[in-house]
Formats: sequence, C-alpha cells, structure tokens
Amino acid sequence: MDQQTAPGILLDVRNCRQSYPKEANSELIVLDDVNVTLREGEIVGLLGRSGSGKSTLLRIIAGLLRPTRGDVSWKGAPVSGPVRGVAMVFQSFALFPWLTVQENVELGLEAQGVARREREERAEEAIDLIGLGGYDGAYPKELSGGMRQRVGLARALVTHPDLLLMDEPFSALDVLTAETLRTDLIDLWSEHKLPVKSILIVTHNIEEAVLMCDRILVFSSDPGRVAHELRVPFPHPRNRLDPAFRKMVDDIYAVMTRRKSPADLKAEAARPATGFATPLHPIGTNLMSGLMETLAAPPYDGRADLPALASVLQYEADELLPLGETLQLLRFAELEDGDIRLTEQGRNFVNADTEERKQIFAAAALANVKLVAEIRQVIDERWNHRASAVRFRDELEDHMSPERAEETLRTAISWGRYAEIYSYDEEAQQFSLEDIEEE
Amino acid sequence: MTRPVPPALVHGRRLPNAWDAAAIALVFALLIGVAHVAQGTLTPLARMQSGQIHLNPAWLPGYALRTTLRMFAALLVSLGFTFTVATLAAKSRRAAIIVIPILDILQSIPILGFISFTVLFFLHLFPGQELGAELAVVFVIFTSQAWNMAFSFYQSLTTEPADLIEACRSFGLTPWQRFWRLDVPFAVPGLVWNTMLSMSGGWFFVVASEAITVGNTTFTLPGIGSYVAVALQHRDFAAIVYALLAMLVVILLYDQLLFRPLVAWSGKFRFETVPSAGEAEPWVLRLLRRTFLLRAAGDWLSDQFAHVVRLRLGRAERTFASAGRDRAASRIGDAAFYAVVIIAAGIASAQVVAFCARTMHWSDLARCIVLAFYTLARVIAALAISCLVWVPVGVWVGFRPWATRLVQPAAQFLAAFPANLVFPVVVAGVVYFRLAPDIWLTPLMILGTQWYILFNVVAGAAALPGDLREAAANFRLRGLLRWRRLIIPGILPYFVTGALTATGAAWNASIVAEVASWGHTTLVARGLGAYIAQATVAGDTSRIVLGVAVMAAFVLGFNRLVWRPLYAYASRRTNFG
Repeated sequence: MDQQTAPGILLDVRNCRQSYPKEANSELIVLDDVNVTLREGEIVGLLGRSGSGKSTLLRIIAGLLRPTRGDVSWKGAPVSGPVRGVAMVFQSFALFPWLTVQENVELGLEAQGVARREREERAEEAIDLIGLGGYDGAYPKELSGGMRQRVGLARALVTHPDLLLMDEPFSALDVLTAETLRTDLIDLWSEHKLPVKSILIVTHNIEEAVLMCDRILVFSSDPGRVAHELRVPFPHPRNRLDPAFRKMVDDIYAVMTRRKSPADLKAEAARPATGFATPLHPIGTNLMSGLMETLAAPPYDGRADLPALASVLQYEADELLPLGETLQLLRFAELEDGDIRLTEQGRNFVNADTEERKQIFAAAALANVKLVAEIRQVIDERWNHRASAVRFRDELEDHMSPERAEETLRTAISWGRYAEIYSYDEEAQQFSLEDIEEE
Repeated sequence: MTRPVPPALVHGRRLPNAWDAAAIALVFALLIGVAHVAQGTLTPLARMQSGQIHLNPAWLPGYALRTTLRMFAALLVSLGFTFTVATLAAKSRRAAIIVIPILDILQSIPILGFISFTVLFFLHLFPGQELGAELAVVFVIFTSQAWNMAFSFYQSLTTEPADLIEACRSFGLTPWQRFWRLDVPFAVPGLVWNTMLSMSGGWFFVVASEAITVGNTTFTLPGIGSYVAVALQHRDFAAIVYALLAMLVVILLYDQLLFRPLVAWSGKFRFETVPSAGEAEPWVLRLLRRTFLLRAAGDWLSDQFAHVVRLRLGRAERTFASAGRDRAASRIGDAAFYAVVIIAAGIASAQVVAFCARTMHWSDLARCIVLAFYTLARVIAALAISCLVWVPVGVWVGFRPWATRLVQPAAQFLAAFPANLVFPVVVAGVVYFRLAPDIWLTPLMILGTQWYILFNVVAGAAALPGDLREAAANFRLRGLLRWRRLIIPGILPYFVTGALTATGAAWNASIVAEVASWGHTTLVARGLGAYIAQATVAGDTSRIVLGVAVMAAFVLGFNRLVWRPLYAYASRRTNFG
C-alpha cells in the first residue's frame, strides 16, 4: 500500500470483513468488503437496518474491535486499538451512574492524565457549550433522557477529538427531544463551535440521516455491505417539508426495500442450503393483522407508499421494514420500490373471522416458513409427539448469532402457538401437540 | 429495587463437573495439611494458656472493644482477598475455571469444625506470642466472611454493562482507573450486602473462636466470647446477662454507625436509571453530610481518595478486544495451565486418599452419614417450624409499609446478633426442666438464622406489585387460594434466598448447638455437629476431617438439589414483565 495520504483524510477503511467462527467450518459474516473514507469537515451517516453490522463497523473504526480482515488506518497509520482522537457517543448514553455530570465529563481527561485545573476548565467549557450549565453536580439518574445524552456528548467533546462517533445517539429519546438535540448539534456544527473535525453517525432513521449528514452510506443486511452512497446537497438548516428533501427520503426508502438484484440471488443460491435457518423478525401476529387491516382499508385500498405509511403510523423505517418483509415472507404482501401491496392471500386473511384467520395463517406459515414446517414435521414423526426446542436452537445457532437464533425460535414459537400448529411448554422447553385440535 | 442474590444461587451449574472434583480434592488436601501441622504442635504450646478472664462487668467494655477490633481486622483482610482473588478470576479465564469451584466449596464448608486447627496452625507460626492467637482468630473470622464477598465481587465483574466497558476502553482508562471507576462502584451494592451478611455471620464465629479447647488445652483471648465461656464454667448467670447486654450495645453501635450509613450510601451505586423512592437517610449519614466540620473532613478524604483513583497506574488497553484471539498461543497456555491443575489435583487426591486409608474405615463414613441424616432432619424441622411462624408474619408485615419500616431493621439487627451467646440460657432451661436434648437442642440451630427468613419474606411481600394485590382482592381471592395463587409465587424467590442463608448457617451452628454445656452438665444430641464437636475436643484429626467433609457434601447437595432449582424455577415464574 502507498503510504501517502490525501490531505484531510482522517480515516480509511479498506476491504473490511467481520465474521464470527461457527461450528463445522462455517462462519457468520457480519460485514463483507466494506470500504469507507472519512475526510475532515463532513458529517457522514451509516444508515441501515438493525443487524446490518453498522454498529460493528463503528466499533471497528473506534478501535474497539479487530476486523477479521481488511485494513483500518487513522491519519495514515494503521489502527491497532482504541484511537486517541476518536470519541464515542453511545445509544444507551453509557454514563456512570455513580459519577456526577462533571465527573462523567472529566473521565476522558482523567484517563489522559490532564492536570486538575485544566480538567475542570475544559469540562466547564464543554458543559456550557452543550447547554448543561448548572447541572454540574447532578447525578445522571436525576436527569431526563435528553439531558443525559447531552452529558454523553459533552463527555466526548471535552477530549477535543478529531472524529466524533455517534452510535444511534437519538434513538433512545422521544421524538421531540431527539429533534431538539439534532438541531442543537447541527447549529453548533454549522457555527464551527464543535471542537471536532468530522462526525460519523450510525442510524436507522432515514429522515435523521438526510437531516444531518453530508454523505450517507446505505447498508444492506446479511451480510452488511455498503450498498449505496449518496451525497446530501442541501445546506443547513434543512427543511423536512422541502419537496427535494422528501424526494430523497423516498428514494432511500426505495433503495432499502428494493428486491435483491439477480446477482445477489445467484450468490444466495450458490451458498450451501441453510434449510430452515432464515432469521425471522420478532413480529407478533396482532401487529401483522393490524397492518394488513390498515392496508386493506381506505385510503390505501391494498397499496401504500412506505414512507407515507410510516409517518402516519409514527413508525421508523427500522420498525416498518421488518414488518413488511415478514408479510412478504408469508406471502401476505409484496414490497416493491418503496411501496407495500397486499396480496390476494392477505385480503383473504383480512376478510376472515378469528378461526379462519388462524387457518389461513397456519397454511401460510407451514408453506413459507421452513422452521415452522420442520418443527411440526419432527413432532409428527416422534412417537410421543414431543420435540425439544434445544435441538432447533442449536441448529439455528450454526447459522446465526445466538441472539438472532433465540429471537427466531421465539418468533416461530409464537406463530405456531397462534396458528395452533403446535404448542410449547416453557418449563420443559418442548414442543408438543397438546391442546391442538385435530380436525 | 433489585435485591442482591446470594452467590450460591446464581452460579448456574447443578451437577458437579471435573473442576468441582479438582476443587474438592485441593480444598481437603489443604485442610488436612493444616490439621497435620497443627497437631504436631500441640504439646509445646500447652504453656500458652493465656489471659485470666475477669467476670467483673467493668472489664466488659474492654473485651467488647477487642472483639470488635478483631472483626474489623478480619473484614479488611476479606476485602483485600476479595479485590485480588475475584479480580484475578474475572480477568483470567483460566484462573476462573478453578478459583470459582474452590470458592463454591469453601463457602459450604462448616468453618466451625476447623476452628481448632486454624488456631493451632497460627499459634505454631508465632509460638508463645499472643499475636499468634490474635491472628488465628482473625483468620477464622476471615474464613467465615471472605468467600461470599469474593463471589459477589466476581459476579459483578462478570456482569458489567458492555457500554460502560466500551466507554472505559474508548476513553483509554488505565486498569487502575477502570478498577476504581467501574469495577468497584458497580460491585458496591452487592458487596455491601454480602459484607453485611458476612459480618452478621462473623459475630457468631468471633464469639466461638475466642475460647478454644483442643485436647487438654484451652486457649482464651480476652473478648466477649471467652467471657461467656468462663461465665458458663462458673454457672454465673448474671455475667451471661451482662455479656448479652454488652453485645447488644456493640451490635447496635456497629449497625447504626457503620452499616445503615453504608447501605444508604451504596444506593448511590445502584445501577438504575430512575431515582428510587427516597429511603430515610440514616442519622449518621445526615450528620456527616450536614455538619460543616465533618463534611469538610469527608470532602478532604474523598479528594485524597479520588487523587489516588486517578493515578494512571498500568497501561491503558491499547489493543483490540479480538473476537478470535491468538489461538495457538492460548492453546499452549491452556494445556500448560490445565496440566498444572490436574497434577496438583492428582497429588491432592492422593494425599486425601492416603490420609483416609491410614486413619479411617468405611464404617466411619457410614456412621457419619447416618449422623448427618439426623442433623438434616433437625435442620429441616427447624426450618419448617420457623417458616410456619415467620412466613405469615413476614407477609403480614410486608403488606403494611409502616410495619415494614419497623420490622425490617429489627430483623436485620437480630440476624447479626451472635445467637451462641444466648445458648447458655436455653441450655440452662433444658437442664433445669430435664428435657430431651435430641429435640430441645434443635431450636438453637435456627435461633440466629431464622431472621434471614423473616426479613427476606418481608422484602418479598413488600415488593409484590400493588396492582396484583388489587386484582386478587377484586376477584375475591381468599384464604388458601390467595396464598397459592398470589402470595407464595410472589415471595418465592425472596423466600428461597432467606431459607438458603438460614439453612447454610444452621448446619454450621449444629457444631456448637448439638453439644451444649451448663457448668459441668453437658448435653449431647445425636448428630453430625456433635460428632465434629466431640472429635474437636478429643483432638482427633481424621474424624474432624471426615465429619466436615460429609457436612460440606450435605450442604452442597442441599443447595444444588433443592435451593438452586427452586430459585431458578421461582425467578423464571415471577419475572414480572
């Protein structure tokens, strides 16, 4: 590799891959062939669904995690651990509950061994900058969520980092508070009051990305890749209602719901058959019915624009997309170019009564969800009509992370219970046909 | 609020594995080693029958002070042990594999059975000096305190929130800074709670260990324990009452001056995001916070402490936490480490086997097991009776906030009171009324530990969500149905916590409770406790080791086969939300 660095390049990620070893020589790929370059003076957004590996990438950039393959360099030098000059803001705030606001803010300076007087001055400065003046002596639990995240921000800024990393910084806050924090941050950035050269935000909120970032990298999931890169040309402050702004949000929705390209499908076919190991989103049947009923009724009459639907239902992309995909998996709906369309099957479901709905759902689940079908098959084959959940969990874990496997199994349990395909005994961790009426 | 769970309930496994076996072998080989050294030193030390104990109550404050100082010395040692050993186990995967089972075994071993040997061992280290005896007593208390504290600390270290760990790493805190900024504060609530339990248990042992008789030799150290022992010999009832009063005052002071403030202060470290309903501030803490001079002194101290905490000792982690670490190197390390442990365990088990073969017969074991069942029956009976009494009382109290405020501190206070000081009063009664010792010595075992059941049940009942109680009232759940559907499932995890602590301590207490004397009358109940106690008096090493081993096995078995599954079941079922 050539050592020369273009001026202004802070961070360079090349061919980065992150995977976790699984049994039987298989591996779980979280990130695949990711390339990211960050320059001074820009706000970059990593936009993707949960599980697309964007938080993993953030931790690799922060030097908290070693990539399985690929190079990360910071100002031209390879990264081999937590980087000085990079500070992080956490989704969960990660404040120390036993330290006051001031002590929390001073933490990074203590670690650098900054002398007491300077430490106090700089902490005071950061606290005032971020609008926390007067809260110095308070403990985090006395503060509201918004105030806590301000502490998280001050704690990161006080070290005067070159790069500020933000991991879904506003997603744990309510809508109005999040909006205030976003605008405050952008105002400070535009007025060049932030002691940082560049900001990287991880988010699943499309509007947030378009509102704040100069450049957006859209991630695809399973495995995580940079699927698209967009520049946001609007100057700050941005107007959410501006037609150009709306258009961009719509376009990103379309990108994120686009069917897989033929090349992707081919690659998928080439992979070894995973049997039933398709991760399921933890979506309840009530939620599905609710969305299908909404779609079937006017004004949608079976077809809706996802961003519009999301804002009416006060959902974020992260919440609506898995729901749509689940309906698609069950063939109750189709997703195409940012729209969702109810299928014939879906209409039948909406028009049916409670018992018929269960039957329609059972048929759909058995036909389209391999895991559900296989559980039922194993129960049928056993002489005592019982099957342990442990074996399914183990098999799932060969193909996905334990958390994902648990989530998938839980979802299969709940769907199977609803559709009366099988029942499940939590204590014994066993599937059975008890309480299932055979007709 | 979330309550700290005793370590014995958390450690997930139920069935013993190979590491448990290794741990058992190592622990017992060590005990036998200590006993062996101790036994060789009996004769030359006979001279050292120290200190005349005066029964004049004027001496009592001095004795009480010395007893208390021993307690705190032991507490300091236990804290040191906790901070080092538990940290080692948490940071080193290899160390954890063997350290954790060893701690698990050690916390189930009835220390009382080994008091004589540890005392002799230390006397041997410092022959002819009172310092040796003092250290011995401190060590005995240490062995009764350290394990669950270390366990609790280890548990905290391994459950630290990932985001705080990441924050520490990304801000580049050194290991020293991280220890004081994250590790210790996060562990404080559990550690304070366990320290309190340890201290409560400790009073029992300090009283029991100040006057020790092995063979023909009696060692006494000035303190409340030996004062009572002497009073007992002289059948001096008034002196016993004085001692009880003195102890009462000591416990009251330590409770009010140290533990109430400490518990209130530890609330600051509770890992929660919403402020909990304000509990009343203990007066000592209020005094510390509001009095100018005291506050200035406190601020100065905490400034100095903060300064030490901020020292950048050690190097900050400047490397990745790697998902897959350097496998080849760690495999070789693993192999070497496992080999060392296996060899050590092998040698240890050979020692244990040789020792047993030399001195014991299978019939000894059979006899021990039979006796253990006697004691087991006694423990279960005592537990059942105290449950019948305290569960309804505890529920009644827990449903009434004003009663809870009154009873909770009282029960915690009573749990700390060393019940063995009260034994003589009961024994005198048994002697006077000529009651059957097999039955009437039983209550002694649970005398001091029943309070754990009471205050845990009170806490459980108080924590039962109000809307569930309202729903039960609304559907007119009454009597038995109300207990079965609402109260019992609601308090079960709390009850198990209390019952586990109570039974563990009851086993230990059986060693002093099954043999009791009043003047020259000695009452003996059939049981393993009496077996160990008599073997101690006779200085019979092999029988003590055997008795202790069988008792440890029973305690461990009871915990793993009864309490742990019950607790797992209860907490699964009553996980609200």
